[in-house]
Amino acid sequence: MSENILVIAEQSGGVFRKAAFEAISEGKRLAEALEAEVTVLVMGSDDCFSKIDDISSILGKYGADRIIAASGQALGEYMTDAFTNAAARIIEKENPGIVLMAGSTQGKDLAARLSARCDAAYAMDCTALEIKDAQLIATRPIYGGKVIAKVMLEGTLKIAVTRPNAMMAEEFPAQGAVEETKVDDVGATRLIFVEKNLDTDKVELTEADVVVSGGRGMESSDYAAVEELADALGGAVGASRSAVDEGWRPHADQVGQTGKVVSPSLYIACGISGAVQHLAGMSSSKVIVAINKDPDAPIFKVADYGIVGDLLEILPIVTDKVKKLAG
Amino acid sequence: MEIIVLIKQVPATELILSIAEDGKNVKKEDVKWVLNPYDEFAVEEALRIQKTEGGTVTLVSVGPDKAQEAIRHGLAMGADKGVLVNDPKALDCDGLATAKVLASVIDSLPYDLIIAGQRAVDDDNYLVGTAVAEFLDIPNISLVIKQEISDNKIKCHRTIEGGTVVIESPLPVLLTTQRGLNEPRYTSMPGIMKAKKKKIEIKSLDDLDIDDSSLAPKTKILSMEYPPERQGGRLIEGDSPESAVAELVKVLREEAKVI
Repeated sequence: MSENILVIAEQSGGVFRKAAFEAISEGKRLAEALEAEVTVLVMGSDDCFSKIDDISSILGKYGADRIIAASGQALGEYMTDAFTNAAARIIEKENPGIVLMAGSTQGKDLAARLSARCDAAYAMDCTALEIKDAQLIATRPIYGGKVIAKVMLEGTLKIAVTRPNAMMAEEFPAQGAVEETKVDDVGATRLIFVEKNLDTDKVELTEADVVVSGGRGMESSDYAAVEELADALGGAVGASRSAVDEGWRPHADQVGQTGKVVSPSLYIACGISGAVQHLAGMSSSKVIVAINKDPDAPIFKVADYGIVGDLLEILPIVTDKVKKLAG
Repeated sequence: MEIIVLIKQVPATELILSIAEDGKNVKKEDVKWVLNPYDEFAVEEALRIQKTEGGTVTLVSVGPDKAQEAIRHGLAMGADKGVLVNDPKALDCDGLATAKVLASVIDSLPYDLIIAGQRAVDDDNYLVGTAVAEFLDIPNISLVIKQEISDNKIKCHRTIEGGTVVIESPLPVLLTTQRGLNEPRYTSMPGIMKAKKKKIEIKSLDDLDIDDSSLAPKTKILSMEYPPERQGGRLIEGDSPESAVAELVKVLREEAKVI
């Protein structure tokens, strides 16, 4: 299988997602097995590109042999139709065997539409990719992580989406030769961007290195203790379904089979008993800490470290000690 | 307003699943099946739109006989009718081929709006809704938490990392649901009784204008396994909360090296 790899690297306002670097270095690992090249496609407006300092070294560092910088007025904000049209055209021209991208909200949407446009094999939220007997094999959690499937992708074009935080963004210095291309006409589009509302201070749950989650044991919507610990650790705040159902936290914070699946380095479950659905959504975290007043809570069966006790007493002490460590 | 909702029957999320003997499926006997939770949001939103805009809500699914229960659930919530593609050949489809089958069904129906769950919580694919939109050549907006329809146009709030983006589209369009869009209603006894009289049309692939060879799966499950079992860890005790926390922070730093 001699086929090249195209990685679509997502940027917003000139800033690349960490998950994009993970996808590029995973692409490089596959390319080495295939003795192939990694081409990275970046789509954006001129304004986005003007904010990127040195695209060659930023992406070359993780293994981009070549970079296609596709700029166009219609590529400023992610709109499914404009981005699908632009990416499909470049895929047709480049003719890669494998297309990778990170499973952000943009990556998930674009990969699905592209796979239908290009009639390509598709695997979502892969935690590992390998080439075996010249076939691309993806490892992906299904049923919210209760089962891990190995899936073979077949055909001339295969689209695999990497799960944020599941793969290492390793340094693989490569040339990063930049080719600029103008996308003046993205073809027929029907979606119109109206506005964007961002809470920029917020650490994205699915990409966070540390997640501090609160559950029913928080006993109220006062999450200050959880938020302060998350802040001290530079992490994100999550919640169990009960906390969301109580209206204590927004839906976007829900971790579990019917919410977000996370795999941070450190997951701290505060007052979460550990329902099957919640465990499915967080048990791939590297280290799990549980703090709960009920010593029989199922969460302790999956936690690496546990403390039985009163959250409102314990959390501020943890925050205080973490802050002291940070100096 | 003619609204189509794509639905799927999935194992209930509170279940602990077992892998079947062939190692390529989960055991499906003795499993409690439900309407995919994200599809419940889709049915609910369709019914709310129907209330102001009028028209019919049609549920479309691909599945075995049993999947009629999921359709009945949606009908009991208030949807008008259902279509089920029940064909052994359709059950072997991967996500992309399933989308082709659904698009072929929808092609013969009138529609202004299609709503689908963002993903089914069994294969977690995030594919079928969006792919159906592509095959029908209509726009799609995924992960929607709010929509407003006026003048044959729809404005949707789509969730993205750290916020939302507002997108406008002409109709017809396909939306996928995000948690927070609405609070799906419970089915009532009168609703369940009424649903029994509503029509579910059963179709086979022969009833559709679709070339079987285009449905050959491009993805194949080679094996399934359970995630690595986590060792129940260490309970940290101390003379006081202060000393327990001191020990916790110490092990997180020195042993686990995560802070």
